[in-house]
Amino acid sequence: MEALTNFINGLSLGSVYAIIALGYTMVYGIAKMLNFAHGDVIMVGAYICFCSVSYLGLHPLLGVLLSIVGCTVLGMVVERLAYKPLRNAPSLNVLITAIGVSYFLQNAALLIMGSDPKSFSSIISLPALNLFDGALTISATAVLTIVACVIIMVALVMFTTKTKMGKAMRACSEDRDAAQLMGINVNGTISMVFAIGSGLAAIAGVLMCAAYPTLMPTTGSMPGIKAFTAAVLGGIGSIPGAALGGVLLGVIEIFARAYIGTQLADAVVFAVLIVMLLIRPAGLLGKPVNEKV
Amino acid sequence: MGIKVLSPQARSTVFTYAIVVVAFVAVTVLDGMGFISHSLSGQLVPICAYVCLAVSLNLVVGVSGELSLGHAGFMSVGAFTGVVVAGCLTQAGIESELLLFVISAVVGALAAGIIGFLVGIPVMRLRGDYLAIVTLAFGEIIKNLLNNFYVGVDAAGLHFSMKDSSSLGMTQGTILINGPKGAVGIDKISTFVIGVVLVLITVAVVLNLMHSRDGRAIMAVRDNRIAAESVGINVTKYRLMAFTVASALAGAAGVLYAMNYSTITPSQFDFNQSILILVYVVLGGMGNIWGSIISAAFLTVLPELLRPINDYRMLLYAVVLILVMVVPHLKIYQRVTEAVRSRLAHKKPAVATEGGEGDE
Amino acid sequence: MSSLNGMSFNPAMNRRGFIAGVAGLGAMSILAGCNSESSGTPAGSGEATSAATFKIGGIGPTTGSAAIYGNACKNGAQIAIDEINAEGGDVQFEMNFQDDENDAERSVNAYNNLKDWGMQILMGTTTSTPCVAVSSETNADNLFQLTPSGSSTDVIGGQPDADGNVAEPRKENVFQMCFTDPNQGAASAQYISEQGLGTKIAIIYNNADTYSTGIYQSFKSEAEEYGLEIVSETTFTDDSATDFSVQLNDAKNAGADLVFLPIYYTPISLILAQANQMGYAPKWFGVDGMDGLLTVEGFDTQLAEGCMLLTPFVATAEDEATQAFVQKYEEDYGETPNQFAADSYDCIYAIKQAIEQAEVTADMDFSEICDALVEVFTSGDFSYTGLTTGGEAATWSDTGEISKQPMGMVIQDGVYMPLDA
Repeated sequence: MEALTNFINGLSLGSVYAIIALGYTMVYGIAKMLNFAHGDVIMVGAYICFCSVSYLGLHPLLGVLLSIVGCTVLGMVVERLAYKPLRNAPSLNVLITAIGVSYFLQNAALLIMGSDPKSFSSIISLPALNLFDGALTISATAVLTIVACVIIMVALVMFTTKTKMGKAMRACSEDRDAAQLMGINVNGTISMVFAIGSGLAAIAGVLMCAAYPTLMPTTGSMPGIKAFTAAVLGGIGSIPGAALGGVLLGVIEIFARAYIGTQLADAVVFAVLIVMLLIRPAGLLGKPVNEKV
Repeated sequence: MGIKVLSPQARSTVFTYAIVVVAFVAVTVLDGMGFISHSLSGQLVPICAYVCLAVSLNLVVGVSGELSLGHAGFMSVGAFTGVVVAGCLTQAGIESELLLFVISAVVGALAAGIIGFLVGIPVMRLRGDYLAIVTLAFGEIIKNLLNNFYVGVDAAGLHFSMKDSSSLGMTQGTILINGPKGAVGIDKISTFVIGVVLVLITVAVVLNLMHSRDGRAIMAVRDNRIAAESVGINVTKYRLMAFTVASALAGAAGVLYAMNYSTITPSQFDFNQSILILVYVVLGGMGNIWGSIISAAFLTVLPELLRPINDYRMLLYAVVLILVMVVPHLKIYQRVTEAVRSRLAHKKPAVATEGGEGDE
Repeated sequence: MSSLNGMSFNPAMNRRGFIAGVAGLGAMSILAGCNSESSGTPAGSGEATSAATFKIGGIGPTTGSAAIYGNACKNGAQIAIDEINAEGGDVQFEMNFQDDENDAERSVNAYNNLKDWGMQILMGTTTSTPCVAVSSETNADNLFQLTPSGSSTDVIGGQPDADGNVAEPRKENVFQMCFTDPNQGAASAQYISEQGLGTKIAIIYNNADTYSTGIYQSFKSEAEEYGLEIVSETTFTDDSATDFSVQLNDAKNAGADLVFLPIYYTPISLILAQANQMGYAPKWFGVDGMDGLLTVEGFDTQLAEGCMLLTPFVATAEDEATQAFVQKYEEDYGETPNQFAADSYDCIYAIKQAIEQAEVTADMDFSEICDALVEVFTSGDFSYTGLTTGGEAATWSDTGEISKQPMGMVIQDGVYMPLDA
């Protein structure tokens, strides 16, 4: 039973990573850039939701909606101002710009919201599930996070395979120049990807803070790095891979803490990651790319 | 690349050494005249350490073409090894500060180089972002292990523990590394002169490697791995060589850094530190050694220069970072520089032949 | 391999020009900075300041993840200084508080910056690790330093552990306003045992943090003496401070009746929320880092009901001085002050009192001031009563430690109540 409890906790933590990783992988897959500011967009989303619920007194659902809209706009603005001029620059330059954006968002949040933590209580006020006569308790937040993760993943897969916009995205991902020749608006598509990725970040932010209810300007950075790790583990660019990578990372993290010891848990998590990547160098669900000569 | 008096490569090499020497002379002279503020003089050694780190990372990122996000990990291996070595030597009664530093730096560099080699063996099987994430992971593992690492020295010799300081089993000794508290009570033996010498050594090692046969092989692997492989270059060997040398140099820089502060903690050498060094390299230009030197020095000093604006300091730092990356790619900027350049070219047509781009 | 193949960037020429331009601007401003600074820097701090104004430097993180502690120190000290200056006595202060991002390197930079400004006394630094680095700088320069919250024993140095091992020699010019970490750990163990709060103890601590590990180590070594059984010891790091389910389950399964939390209140708020979700309700016992929990915006104080902590300061204390301070702080900064704010408020007043007793004047060199103040602090007839001394007079020993007793508090109906009442 203890193992099951740990598994569920891991699943819940992993789902949060997974949702963030989905945003990462979307942006990477199409825009081919590591958006290190993604974690901080999560933080912005959580703050927007917190403010609209606590200060404006809005219904939590409306708060979530507002934060999605806010982050989507933020994502598009950042893309337009900071990333678009660098479309043809080497991707390391874009990486540094993303880091700059990350610093900017963190420090702006610090100036606006102050340094003291905000507690994000009771966005979701449903009773916990009790199974096996109370031997196993699953919180409503955990259930919601896991369900949300699955829905988002399925929706994204459907979107990229079935819709016209999604197909355009995949075309841009395969070959940007060819896509342009086929009449696809590459800039518009990439802008759209950032909008979707940032919207996802908002959802991730709200869910993360519902499950782990403390909000600070630096809240997003560590989950952002973990999610980046998860996205790479799953095979960066692959949507089901990101979800799988996120969940796996969460479960491994919890199990490492429970059965190996809390002191060395972080080292164990990263060691497992390395071993997995050595066995599958392109990630779990990533396609090995054959280089053309 | 027309051959003038000096080849662009040689010109660039001379320029690189000249920057370091001129900076050193200028600072020393100004210091003698009392023009250097405490603020700047306190940063001289860290600037040297960051320059070494940036130059060594440039060997991995710029010259060898691998994205490494764990450079701070090697720095910390060097730093902590150096502290332990210095502690033991002090216990053994060695008093000459220079000797202490040299031995510590050499052992620190060796330790970091060995760890870099061991890490490099699996890492070099991977490419691109997968390699990046594995280096990140190693950086985090090193940090986590050091957080649980206890080292002490007494008359009986060195004591290690992975549990806590009381299980070191020693009495009346000195605790050198105390888990998350890191190392405290380090003798401050780094000086600006030592720092500049280390910078010169680092630059010399990297430039000589780049201009050697091995260096050309490394760059060939970067530019086209398959072509390089097809002409018989051992790809893994050369990638590993660059990675190991860079790790060792980072270790030496770590010793320089550690010996400038009375305390270092494992959590200082985190992901953000690695990113910071990467920023120096990208800003200075890939494979451009003098670029790394200038950008490391500039970006280390920048947050201190921004102190007068207090709370907005780090915000402005972020803005500068973004602008430096974005502005050169803006159409307006390109048009303006184009105009300025063509006007200059009209006046002095000779200026137009500046070579040696990108690669060093 | 997307990232690195496109190495040949065309606009590099332009970029180089741009960087050179920016770097040039930077270089110019360094020189400009030097010139402006060098005029006011050297020991002759007389011309810039009026004779009666002491230049107090402050250092602490005002940005980054520890910003809350640095900002609290800055604000608390500012209130004290405003009060003193408004009163208009012989001793007047001017403060310059610099950010260190909770990083030793930045902290030393901040210290050097303050030296350029002409600092005579240092009130700082806020966090332990930077404080260890800065205190050896002040020690080398012989500049008086009183830290509000740098609680590690390495800050003051010269403190052997249980086996007599020393990591750092005593720095004679450095004093603490807060308890040392081992002090708090030992006091907690003693308190828990004397009050019979629990026998089976679980500990959750941050093993990447100096403060937390320091308290844990001394708690553990003392607990045995007091007959406390430690049944579960688990850790987390700053990087993994989100999910505590494993730690809580471990404590629960080990049958712990009291969980000792020698950590700051931000992770505590998460631990309490998660324990509540899993229906685990042991007794919680914290140290001074737990203070601040009730003031977290949006925190359900119901969760903290029954939490106990040892702290030198509570914002809800009834005495006049505390209430006046809390009211002023809330007016000025819109937040309830935590113990960091109170500690630095006390630092300023303690410095003032020592200055008056030592009869030093603001036109003296910082080294002379230091010698005089050290003598006063260690003289034995110097005592200070303030917000964080529990209403009693506190004294300093020549080890740099303060003699004050922590108060046991329990959270009832959302406010702190004295525990032994």
